[in-house]
Formats: sequence, C-alpha cells, structure tokens
Amino acid sequence: MLDYGLFTYADKDEVLEKSSAYWNPGKTQFWIDSGVPLVIDRREGYFLYDVSGKRLIDVHLNGGTYNLGHRNPEVVAALKQAMDHFDIGNHHFPSLARTALAEALITTGPEGLSKVIYASGGGEAIDIALKTARHATGKRKIVSIVKAYHGHTGLAVGTGDERFSRLFLSERPEEFVHVPFNDLAGMEEALRGRDVAAVIMETIPATYGFPLPDPGYLESVKRLCETYDALYIADEVQTGLMRTGELWGITKHGIRPDILVTGKGISGGLYPIAAVLVSERCAGWLTEDGFAHMATFGGGELGCFAAMKTLEICNRPETRSIVHHASDVIGRGLERIRDDNPGWFTGIRQNGLIFGLEFDHPEGAKFVMRQLYDNGVWAIFSTLDPRVLQYKPGILIDPVLTEELLDRTAVAIARAAKEAGK
Amino acid sequence: MTSGMLERARWAARAFARYDKASVDRIVAAVAGAGAANATRYAEWAVRETGFGVAEHKALKNVACSTGLVEEYAGHDYVSPRTDAAQKIVSIPRPAGVVFALTPSTNPVATVYFKILLALMTRNAIVISPHPMAKECCADAARTLAAAAAEAGAPDGVIQVVEEPALPLIESMMADPRVDVIVATGGTPVVRAAYRSGNPALGVGPGNVPVFVDRTADLEPAARLIVDSKAFDNSILCTNESVLIVEDAVADRLVPLMRGAHLLSPADRDRVREAVFPGGRFDTRFVGKDATWIAQQAGARVPSGTRVLLAPIDRPMPEEPLAHEKLCPVLALLRVPSTRAGIDAARAVLRISGAGHSAAIHSTDSRTIMEYGAAVPVLRVSVNSGNSLGGSGVHTNLPISMTIGTGYVGGSSAGENLQPGNLVNWTKLAYHVDAPFGDFAGLDPWSPPDGPVPRYPEPSNARTAPASPAAPAPQGDVLREEIRRLILEELASLVRS
Repeated sequence: MLDYGLFTYADKDEVLEKSSAYWNPGKTQFWIDSGVPLVIDRREGYFLYDVSGKRLIDVHLNGGTYNLGHRNPEVVAALKQAMDHFDIGNHHFPSLARTALAEALITTGPEGLSKVIYASGGGEAIDIALKTARHATGKRKIVSIVKAYHGHTGLAVGTGDERFSRLFLSERPEEFVHVPFNDLAGMEEALRGRDVAAVIMETIPATYGFPLPDPGYLESVKRLCETYDALYIADEVQTGLMRTGELWGITKHGIRPDILVTGKGISGGLYPIAAVLVSERCAGWLTEDGFAHMATFGGGELGCFAAMKTLEICNRPETRSIVHHASDVIGRGLERIRDDNPGWFTGIRQNGLIFGLEFDHPEGAKFVMRQLYDNGVWAIFSTLDPRVLQYKPGILIDPVLTEELLDRTAVAIARAAKEAGK
Repeated sequence: MTSGMLERARWAARAFARYDKASVDRIVAAVAGAGAANATRYAEWAVRETGFGVAEHKALKNVACSTGLVEEYAGHDYVSPRTDAAQKIVSIPRPAGVVFALTPSTNPVATVYFKILLALMTRNAIVISPHPMAKECCADAARTLAAAAAEAGAPDGVIQVVEEPALPLIESMMADPRVDVIVATGGTPVVRAAYRSGNPALGVGPGNVPVFVDRTADLEPAARLIVDSKAFDNSILCTNESVLIVEDAVADRLVPLMRGAHLLSPADRDRVREAVFPGGRFDTRFVGKDATWIAQQAGARVPSGTRVLLAPIDRPMPEEPLAHEKLCPVLALLRVPSTRAGIDAARAVLRISGAGHSAAIHSTDSRTIMEYGAAVPVLRVSVNSGNSLGGSGVHTNLPISMTIGTGYVGGSSAGENLQPGNLVNWTKLAYHVDAPFGDFAGLDPWSPPDGPVPRYPEPSNARTAPASPAAPAPQGDVLREEIRRLILEELASLVRS
C-alpha cells in the first residue's frame, strides 16, 4: 500500500496504470520501455527513491533544478518561514519579496544588467526575453543554433529543434533562423542583413548533449551581435548558478550579455520561478508600459524567498570551492573510466560540474542510462543527441558520494558497452 | 547550517591527505612564517579586543606557536610511511580529516596558530571556531594563515574560520558527522559539550596550579621564576600558578626575595578577596588585568611596579575563594609546617579544581620531587621552572602546546600536551611473523600536487596543460623565502631566550 494521506495506491502497478489513464500514456510507456520504471517517492539531498525503495544518486537533477539537492534544508526553512506571512502575492503591485530578489540578482549578476522581469517558468522567461529584444530593437528575427532548446512556450519553441514544434504546427522559419553551432561564418551570414533582434544561446547547449563552444566562439558571436546591431541573450537556465564554477557560465567567457535568463535551479527545486535580467537599453518597455507582460504566478513571492536563499547559497565562497574541488576530482575520475573503455566511451565534454559523456553508438547514452539506473544512478540521455549522456552532479556533492558515484558509473559504462555490442 | 564550511573542509582534507612530505613542509614553513611575522600585531589586537593579558607576552607565545613549533617538530615526519624491518611492519599515516578547533579568549591567537600548524603538519583540514570575545583577531589571524597556506600550494579551504561563532551553530557543527575530531580548549562547559557531541574529541579542562617550595629549594631562582610565571600574560593562562605553598622553614626568606610581588596585609587581603570574589564568586572583570589595577579596584595600596599580589591564606579549602583558579595576578600564599603537609595542601588545591592539569615544585630533593609527582593528581609537574611556560613546553622539554591534556583524572581522553601525533592515525601493514618482509625502500604513496588544488574549472576543450610537478619556484620567490627564513630564525631565538 502506498499511502500519502490525500491519496493511496495499492502498488506501483496501479500508479503506472492510472498514470497512463489520466495523465500521459506516452511518457508513462516510454520509461517502462526504456528500462527505467521510476516512480519517485522519497527525495533527499542527492538521492531519489523509487516507490519500491530503490535508491538512486541523482545526476540529472532536472537540468539543475536540484543543484542544491532535493529539499535542501536551508531552502525548505526559508520557504516555511515565508509561508507564515506571504503567499504568491499580487502581480500588479510593487512587492516586498520581488523587489528584494531583483536587487539580489542584479547586484550579484553580470555587469550591465539593471532590471529583472519575472516568469513562472523557463519557457515563459525565454518568451519575455525575446519579446524584450524585439521591443528594444524594433526587429523581429531571432537567431538560435540548430538543435537548440529553450523551452516549449509560444516563442521559445520556435527557437528550438523541430522535434518539439512541428507536432503543434508551431515552427516559424521566417522569424526563427537556425544556424549550426560553432559556425561563425553561418552566424555572420544570418546577422549580415541587420534584421535580427537577438541571438539566443545556451552557454552550453544542454539538450544537445553539452557540446562545448569552441574557444572564442561565444566571444565572436557577441562581437558579431555588436557589429550587426543584434542583442545577445544568454540562456543560463542550465549553466548558471555556480555550475561552471562561477555564478553565471557566460562570465567565464568575459561576455556581458544584453539579456540573461535563469530558471530551473533558481527555484531551489521547491517553488517554480524564473527570471530575466535585462540591460537598461532593453528595459524600456517596463517604463513605457509596465503592464505589457503579465503573469499571475511570475515572481510569486514564495518563489522569491526560495530563489533568494538559493542565490545566497550558490554565491558562497564555500560553494564555489566545492564546485572547483568536485569538478577536478570527477573530471579526473571520468577520464580514468574513459581510458578503461576505449572505442566505447569516447569523449568527455566538461565545464565545471557540467558533463556530456560521449559514446560511440547512435543511441549509446540510452544504454548507459539504463545500466546506470540498474546500478543506482539516475542520469538522462540528451534528447537531441542520444549518443551523449547528460551528467550533472550536484554542486554541494561531498567526496564520499563522489567516489561512490564514480564507482557506480564505471560499472554501468562497462556493462553498457557489452549490451551495445562494443 | 554550516554555510558549506564543513563540506569545503572535507574536499580540502581529501586532497591534502595525498600531499607528500616536501609539499607539506613548504606549506607549514610558509604558514609559520606568516604567523611569526604578524605575532606582535595580533598580540596587540588580542589585548585590545579582549581586554586581557599583556601584549608583549602574547607576542612571545605567538612566536613560540608558529616558528617555535616548527623548529620543535623539525625532525618529525607525520607524512611519510615508516618501515620497521625488524617487526615486519610498515606504518602509513592516515590524517584525521576535518579538525574542528575551539579556541579560547584567554590565549586566543597563539591557540589559533598552534592548532592550525598541528593540523597542517599532519595534513588535516581545520575549521577554527574562536571564542566570541576574541573572534575578530582570531578570524583575521586564521585568514592570514589561510592565505599563506594557499600561496604555498595547500588545497583551497584547508584553513577556515567561523566568523560569527554563536552557540547553537557551534553545537551543531560539533555534532556534525562531517567533523572527524574536535579539539576543544576553553571552559568546562565547552569541553563537556565537545565530549557529548558524539564525535571523537580531544578536550582539556581547567587548571588550578599549586606550586610547592620546600625547605631544600634554591630560593633566589625559585622566587624569581614564580613571580615571572605568575605575572606572565597577567596570569590569564590555565598554567599560571594559583596557590603558592611554602614550608615554614623557608617562608620568611622566600617572600622578600619575590621582587615584584607585594605581600598583602590581612586587611588588604580581605579587600582583594571581596573585590575579586564578591559573594564568593569570581568577578570576570578581573581576568587578565594587571596587579596594580586590581589593587586599586580593591582599595588596597601597593607600591608601583607591583606585578603580583600575594594573598596569605590559612586553609586550602573550597570555602576559601582565594584557593580557587583566579586568572589574574593574585597568588594565594599558604604556609605549611612540613613537606608532608605541603603535598597534602597541593592535593587539596586540586580537589577544588584543576585535576589532571599541572603543578610546580621548587626543590633540590629528588625524593620529595618524586613523592610530589606521585601524590599530586596532575599529568605534568614543572620542576624548578615557572609553570606558565613550563607546563606548555616553552621552558621545559615537554611538547610546546597551548592545549594541555588533563587525562582521565581530569575527565579528558587526552593525557599529554596536544601534539601533531594526536591528529593522525597509522595504518599498519603487518606481515606474518614467518613471511619474508618486503622491500619498501624509496616507496612513497604521496606526491606533490600538479598545480593549484583544485585546478580552475576551465572547459575541457580549452584546458591548458598541467604544470609539471614540483616546478622550480621563480627567482622572486626564492629571495622572499630566504628573507622569510632569516626573520624566522631571529624570532625563534627570541623564544628560547
């Protein structure tokens, strides 16, 4: 009996059955077929527990949503305290918590950003960023990379791969230009007409398997933006919040973006919130018509508390130090595992605690994902490049868990090699 | 809520435990050098911040606990494996890991220096939790030492300090499973809390030092040593003498020889007692204050230049406040008719408090000295030496220590002066007695770091080649090292004088 007070199930089978019936048959079946029949029950720190009791080390973390661990005690405490006094708030009025978070984001953010616009999730935040760029430049076109992913909302979905737009008849090639990643000539070609409002880039494209920008690529893209009067939007939803060893990945490239988008992790994994940081040049519409974009849940005040505590934890020198230590040790550990699996585990893409693990098989990461699951680790393949496994250890991970994670990873990768016939 | 300090310390400890001897020596020397170079500045700061003690004396301790300590342990190696071919055993050091160190207000910076260097010598990470009254000087000192350690190649985060040491935070940190050992110096409640925490703890209790002068003592040096020791740092240490017990036969000759000590009249003695122990309870205003100020507060007249107030008492009993620990330069004076009575009096003083800590004796009769040592329940007796720098190993050949183990009799697991060896375990590779022993010559499981630890997280496609291990220091550093060495030698000679 699975008893959660408000609802109960006889067993896991009943959950899966009803999940198909009432929720999402496609997704439910996909995971059963993939050999990852996970229904998450207890969650704590960097551990997830299936309803069967099986423990998993979480290195998916929902793209960084659980950077600080599941139910981080400090964020939980901040939120509990907030709930004694606050609720979502009223999005029309000046607000205590929204103002405080905005100030915290701006004072700790990259230079040149001066105002914050809130959203209830990353997709909406991307839409806000794109609308803002269009308003600021008076231009309509948006350039993103081939295999980009910036979310599923109205405008965001247009920037991404057709995988998510065609089904809904939502691709709009005349407005959304896609150029190959790491191709400066292609980028310049797209910008040359001076009719582009903005280039939007994930600092490392997550869903594409974290291919690293060539040294100098992002810097050159930013220069091209300046040359052809387009804005640069840094999508830091997955690369931000200390994951690369600095608060925002884009600052490691010395780039001052015109607009920066954060989501996922900023919620502390507890209360949905996303935010767009914009430069003064882009902030014009907030004065011209402050009601032009509205969201009842955008910047909900409880979310602001979760975000403020999350931001404070991410900004601690101790956290930065832990990320540097852990990325060094895990990077070296993965290199050893790679050396033990020649011809199978072929590459490591790393920036801080962001890893894309490359396997020599068109669906290599799916084999590894399944074996990792069997061996107590949850990591997900890259939807837009299933050769590559997304591997994102938590930014507060400790040395003992790190060693266990590497041991389990080594076993799973070797087993997956056999399964894949390598 | 530990703000990530302990997690960071765990990473640092993990990395540091793999360092080789040469790298450790370089870090220890750099940190000791930084400590000695700032000895006077922090001594003055400590006196200013706490209002306790004598800056000059604190500076001396700061040097003793930095370069002095390194000199003391120069020949020791807590890093390399040891091979004992005769016993067919190889011992490999295993550092404790994360040391959580509580430091007192009375002896603040010297204890910070001391514990940090002990931790570094043994490749541990350390988190300092200073006494709230001395938090600013201690935090600054810890940061200075941390910077020196980092510059010398130590792992990031190997030395950290709790900037705002509030009691609930400290208690939760002490009980945290990420702490490997607690080293607690401070009042009894702190030490007891350390033992209760559930983590291994090395705690030390209070002192109440009896000093016995018997009929055979060489009175001239005894008098001088007792006054100097009692006056040292305005008697703020747990090692300063508390009750002077002297045989009748020599008492009248000893007291006039105690230059700088003023014998109080019975009326002034009562005034001092009433001031320092109003209603029988010690008034902490008097901690570490100088003798003339205390006399003035009490309304007693003393000559200028008085460093110690000598307060005659007639019974070493708990109901006599002056027989308790005083932490200020008031020395109780008890006359006894015989050696036997002197030893009994010393035992009586330690029944009040200070069991396991230290005592002193001035005598030339080995039999008496042996009897005193056997009868008095302490774990170190300074013989013909002041106890303030005798018990802590500066003027004796005991290990230099700011942390005095009081042993089982004092409710502590540590019975010796805390020393580097307390912070490291040894894994023994033990062969079967009949099996041929291996050849371990030249084998060392540790190595120098191949660059900054940790390396900066450059993207993997932009990573620069790691620096070759043990790259020679640039010319400027060599010169600076040389200058540093000269300063250290000069300071070290100060300590020994």
